[in-house]
Parts: sequence; structure tokens; C-alpha cells
Amino acid sequence: MTIRLACHVGIGPAVQGVALVADDNFSARYDLDRVNGVFSRPQHKLFGQSYRDVILVLNTAKGGVATAWMLHEMVSRDMAPKALLLNAANTILAQGAALANMAMCDRFADGDVTRLIRTGDNLGVDPAAGLVTITGREGG
Amino acid sequence: MKLDDREQAMLAGEMGPSCQWAIEHQMQVGRMFDAADMVPVSQAHMMADPESLGEAGVAFVERLAADGGSVAIPMITDPRGVDLSYYLPLGQTEAMANLERRFTAACRAMGIMMTDTCINYQTIMPPLYGDHVAYGDTGVVIYSNSVCGARSNFEGGPSALAAGLTGRTPRYGLHLDQNRRATCRFVVDDRPQDLMQWGVLGATIGRMAGSYWEVPVIEGIDGAPTSDEIKHFGAAMASWGSTPLFHIVGVTPECRDLADVDGAGLPARRVTAEDVNDLGAPFGAAGEPVDVVVFAAPQLSLVEMARVAALCRGRSRAASTDMIVCTPAQVYGDARQLGYIEDIESFGGTVLTGTCFYQQYAREIAEANGWSRLLSNSAKIVNILGGYGYRPALASMEDCVASAEAGTVIDRRPA
Repeated sequence: MTIRLACHVGIGPAVQGVALVADDNFSARYDLDRVNGVFSRPQHKLFGQSYRDVILVLNTAKGGVATAWMLHEMVSRDMAPKALLLNAANTILAQGAALANMAMCDRFADGDVTRLIRTGDNLGVDPAAGLVTITGREGG
Repeated sequence: MKLDDREQAMLAGEMGPSCQWAIEHQMQVGRMFDAADMVPVSQAHMMADPESLGEAGVAFVERLAADGGSVAIPMITDPRGVDLSYYLPLGQTEAMANLERRFTAACRAMGIMMTDTCINYQTIMPPLYGDHVAYGDTGVVIYSNSVCGARSNFEGGPSALAAGLTGRTPRYGLHLDQNRRATCRFVVDDRPQDLMQWGVLGATIGRMAGSYWEVPVIEGIDGAPTSDEIKHFGAAMASWGSTPLFHIVGVTPECRDLADVDGAGLPARRVTAEDVNDLGAPFGAAGEPVDVVVFAAPQLSLVEMARVAALCRGRSRAASTDMIVCTPAQVYGDARQLGYIEDIESFGGTVLTGTCFYQQYAREIAEANGWSRLLSNSAKIVNILGGYGYRPALASMEDCVASAEAGTVIDRRPA
């Protein structure tokens, strides 16, 4: 199966990986234990799950500005997601992705990206083209 | 993006490699948000605590300085992560302090003024109406946009630094008139009565708005709040909703009436006492032992310092409960002269200068000091610290001091 999802032109390199999806928001400071690479905020829908090397698919940003530095710091320790896909990024996530050279896309033409993509989907992300491709899905 | 001659020269490296990095970074971000060109900015303000930066971020900033980077406009800083006069007693390490020292040296080499404050609009130089600026710290941005009528997006540390180096920022988001109009409308039933309540109301509206790209317009607040009240209101709204701008009808400068912000046609949503209680209720902990009481986020103004000092006078904290107060150096000097620092320290409180609690390696200092149950009057800080392993609770300033004295949470909010 192949499903192509058009989005706004994003930031960062083209990557491939496995999706981790939640209808929830994102802040590196508010939500993550960045030492151990897991979601640490008890109220987050991905609480306890590892974010390392996955393609995170979430709704939007929350909170403050720290994520702009933190994505860079996480990448430097190889303790980062491969990409961030969002319905609507805020300025901080875009700025952080730019510094960290992390793939990031938002504003999907077909609707809510947290419903279009499922946890475990194999994805290709091409920010320069504004395109995310679902290349494999369990049972699909 | 359209670049003028000077910007083209920056991009070609004629202003040096640091300026070249800065404009390349700004163009990446600007393209993502469809910026047509750049806009000159009069000031920049950078959030960059060492926990966020890490070794990689500090080394990055040191490279910019070593490559001859120099800011083109007045540039100031958000609270630091380490108070270098008080870090070992807090459980911070020499390694953390060294990161702080290295970063500070690199900033100074680039001409950045280390003001270390998130209340620069109360202490340094508030921006004027229509002033384009590049500010970090969400509380600074929302206050400057909403209360001052200035124009800034949330500029994370790297982008604020880039703006300082180039003297401009991509023209998108809140630099454009069309993005400052109201997108959602709220009618408040009850005016808050203290700083904590102002914060909880702001948090409630922020959570309802829910996105950086929403602009709430608020009715039902008759008469101007104080600077500290609207500071807590905005900081909490920005924290809970990632909201960078709000309007209050008849109060904030872009909104004399609903028509000014195109708000008259928007459906009105009531913000009831129940809505506000729903947000605050999970942060109730009356009767439980409290490990640390924190006044921070935002840093305290001189007026807040006076109030905390007055509450502390003639009392002392329980041996089992610490109390931390964060204020900028600009306030500390006056607070010392006026006797407020002595009052707080005689109570057993610790006043930290130029830092903010949640930016101080919050997880590590919790482990070092055995802190779990934290009490504050800041609706912003209780939103942040859950992810750091704390059990945060809310109470008024008066109840926070009383709780520190008693060693257990006193919370006289209505149930």
C-alpha cells in the first residue's frame, strides 16, 4: 500500500521511519524525560513511551520556547525523534527543527494527521516537497 | 523571500559566518510560514538556560562568538538556569555552573546584555505600540503583544539570537495585521481576586483557545488589571495554550471595542466559575505535607516582593518545607534596600537572583533536595513541572506562605 499525504513545505531532511501517533500536543520541556528518552508527563497520551528514532505525529505545540534549543540538544545525544508531524506547528517547533536539522511538516491537506496516520505505520517524510508517504501499514 | 541589499550581503557571508548562519536560519523558518520578507526589530530577548542548551547548545553559541558574531540591536536575556552565587546548596553541580559560565562569556563577547529576566517589560525597557521586536519567553511575548501593543512571535533561543545578529526577523505571524485579529471570543463571568486566580483564568482561556494561531478576545473584565495581575494572566495563558496574543475589550490597546479586532461576529463562549474550577481542581492538595513553596514563573516584581515580605515578617517556615523566591537583579537591589530580602530570609526563604525555578534543572534539584510536593501561586509553573516529576499544587500567595509556615498545604480556595 502507498498513501500520499500532501502538507505545507516543511523543514529538515527527508527521512523514513515508524510512526508514533497521539491526539495530544507537544513540548520538549513539559512532556519529556530527555535523559531517558521517554514521555514523562503523566497526563500525556504517550506517557511512558520512548520517542527515540520514531516519527512523532501529534496535534500542535504547547507551552514555551525551550523546545527550540532542546531539539538540537536531543539530536546531539542521538536521543531524538526522527521527525515531527503536526496538524499545526507553532513558531518554536519550526525554529527548533531548523537548528536541529530535524524533519518537520504540518498543515495536511486531507485533514487531521493524527487520524490519517496510525501508530506503527511506515512513513517517508519529504519536507522540501511537502509530502508524507505511508509506505506500509500492519494489515494494509 | 525577498531580501534587501544588506540581507543579501549577510546571506553571501559578507557580514561574517555568524550573521550568515543567522539569516539562513531565519529564511528556513520564514519559508515555512510564508514570510514575504524581513522586518527590522528594535530589540531581541533570548531564552537560553543551560538545561535547554546542553553541551551542544553552549558549544554552538561559543562558535558564533568565536566567529566574530556581534549583535546589531539591543539584546537581553531571559532568566538563567544557575544562580552562580547559590547553586551548590540547591543541589546543582559544578558542571551545570560551568555550562552557565561558558554561555554567559560567549553572550558577553557578542555584546548581549545579561539581564536574566522574564519581566523585562516591568524592569528594563517596555516596547511601544507597533514596535516590532524579537522576544523569547512566552510570558514576555504575550505581555508585549497584548498589553504593550508591540509585535513579536514566540522567538525561541536560536531565532532570538539570529534576530539579534541580523537586526530583523521574518515577517510572518503576529508581525502582520491580519494575524492580530480575534479568532475566538470569551465572556468572563467573574473577575479574579488575586494573582493566582488571574493565572488560573488565563490558563483556562489558553486551554480553551488551544493553539498558537488563535487570538482570544475577552469581555467581562471591567477596568484595568494591575501589571502583575495581567502578567500572571498572560503567562498562564501562553503556557497552557501556546497563546501569544489576547485582547481584553476596553483594556488592551488594540481593542477599544470588539469591532477593533473583528470580534463582533464571533460566537461568544462563557467562561464560568465551573470552567475555572475545573482547571484548578487537579492542583488541590489541602492538608498534605509540602516540600517546597515556590514564587516564580514569572519572576517577582518589586510589588510582589513587598507582598511576600510582608507576609513573611515575624514568622518562620517549617523545618520540613523550603521556600524559593525568584526575582531579577533589577528588582533585587531595591528589594534589599527596602528590607524585603531580609524579611524573606528571616522567614527561612531563599531569594534567587536572575533565575527562574523551572529553568534550573528542575528534575535534578528535586532529586537532590527530596522535593516532590510543590506549592505555588503560579498557574504557569504548575503546568510545567508535572513532567519533571513534581506533584504541583496551587494556592494563593497568602496560603503559600502560610503553608510554608505550617509544613502542610493550606488552600482556602472555594471547593
